[in-house]
Amino acid sequence: MSAVLQYAVQGLAAGSFYALAALGLAVIFGVLGVVNFAHGAFYMLGAVATAVLLDTLDLPLWWSLLVVPVLMFGFGVVVERLLVQWLLRLDPLYNLLLTFGLTLVLVELVKQRYGVSGLPYRLPGGLRGRVDLAGVVLPRYQLFVLLFSVAVCVLVWLVMTRTRIGMIVRAATEKPELARALGINVGRWVTPVFGFGVALAGLAGVLAAPFRAITAEMGNNFAIILFAVVVIGGLGSIVGAVVAGFLVGLVEAFGQAYAPTFAQILIFVLMALVILIRPAGLFGRQEATA
Amino acid sequence: MLEVTGLTAWYGQAQALHGVDVRVNAGEVVSLAGRNGAGKTTLVRCLIGLHQQAGGTVRLHGRDITGLPAHRRARAGMGWVQDDRGIYASLTVEENLLLPPTVSDRAWALEQVYQAFPVLAERRKAPGTTLSGGEQQMLAIARVLRTGARLLLMDEPSEGLAPVIVARIGAIIRDVKATGAGVLLIEQNVKFAATVADRHYLLSQGRIVETLDNDEFRRREGDLLKHLGI
Repeated sequence: MSAVLQYAVQGLAAGSFYALAALGLAVIFGVLGVVNFAHGAFYMLGAVATAVLLDTLDLPLWWSLLVVPVLMFGFGVVVERLLVQWLLRLDPLYNLLLTFGLTLVLVELVKQRYGVSGLPYRLPGGLRGRVDLAGVVLPRYQLFVLLFSVAVCVLVWLVMTRTRIGMIVRAATEKPELARALGINVGRWVTPVFGFGVALAGLAGVLAAPFRAITAEMGNNFAIILFAVVVIGGLGSIVGAVVAGFLVGLVEAFGQAYAPTFAQILIFVLMALVILIRPAGLFGRQEATA
Repeated sequence: MLEVTGLTAWYGQAQALHGVDVRVNAGEVVSLAGRNGAGKTTLVRCLIGLHQQAGGTVRLHGRDITGLPAHRRARAGMGWVQDDRGIYASLTVEENLLLPPTVSDRAWALEQVYQAFPVLAERRKAPGTTLSGGEQQMLAIARVLRTGARLLLMDEPSEGLAPVIVARIGAIIRDVKATGAGVLLIEQNVKFAATVADRHYLLSQGRIVETLDNDEFRRREGDLLKHLGI
């Protein structure tokens, strides 16, 4: 029983990274219609930035959780203004290719600068060790990641459901042309939404830094699983992205525990099943009927 | 109020509109009828700013809005009631009402909307698309009325609705007209158009081929139905 709970927490902590990053992917897809292939690279940059900030400025994790998403937001804004915006009027395939190319460039640049072996990261003292919760011993950091991510997801959900900005993002996601015809300047929200999505990927990277090997390639496999998450949750669905993120984390953790060779395959089996039963994903809207 | 002169537009390789002139005065309901493919949809999308026109001018309240993007046309007082009603499933009824910004001092307060459409008040917290077809049509109309839009572009508002609801929509259109707003009604339902409109345009192959007042329109109803292929 205790082992099952440990795997569950481990899975949910790993799922937190997917949930946060997929949330970013979902808002970007919703408002821009761009499938951002570079999301894995942004996640990697978040982790690398965290390690570099600790190494050079002795910046602790607490600060990185704040500083890195802000930096990544700025980076996202630059990428959108400099590259993505020029292709928005064309077929979405062009931005898929652009962001794919960007991934290759970013990964190689990080490799050139920091090499291929992993960067070290030491947890701050307060997050080391284990906690004993009614007889179940859990790594303190995994619990922290889980609680922190859930808090961020709830915060994003509140912004999406309770604020005018959230209302506009939902409207622009569902029927972008109508939103414009109703007087909403959708274009004004494109750049900040892209930056926000990138910041969420960066935040997932910060949380992953003490937990995963920090390498230039760490985003590659992450990106592949992330697309499975988005397909399972339903492309463009915000709730779906979060739920599927945690779900995939759980499948991965239990897979690794009980059938290590099949852990990754299980995720894609789940994806295939979801596509067969609900092609639009668990929370995706089926094509609207009149 | 709305003055369209010499509007031309292309749909892919084909010219969809060949110099269309349309005029809607304040407090006037004008219908536009035509077969499928006559260019009605392209005309509406040009007026709203979602389809690029090739030539001609569009003026609203004497202001040249040719070339303005869609959201700025809406802010200039153009209110679109989309043919599929365009209700957001991911927004509640009330959010659907509050989404578009108000555009004039004639904007309705939310309470006024709810007084005029009590059913919307009852369902204010429900997702927009859980309303019935007729209720969604009322929501779509209420949504543009709330903004204070002075010109309503209504695309097939009677389509797919029961006769009782169509009559109710007709009454709403007459109320809108009484407030001094203009209505351009894109309508295949000739009988319905005759009950609300003052003037009628007939669009055929991208050209306005006839302009009729309502008496003449009624007299030639059978003739028109034949032309429209209904």
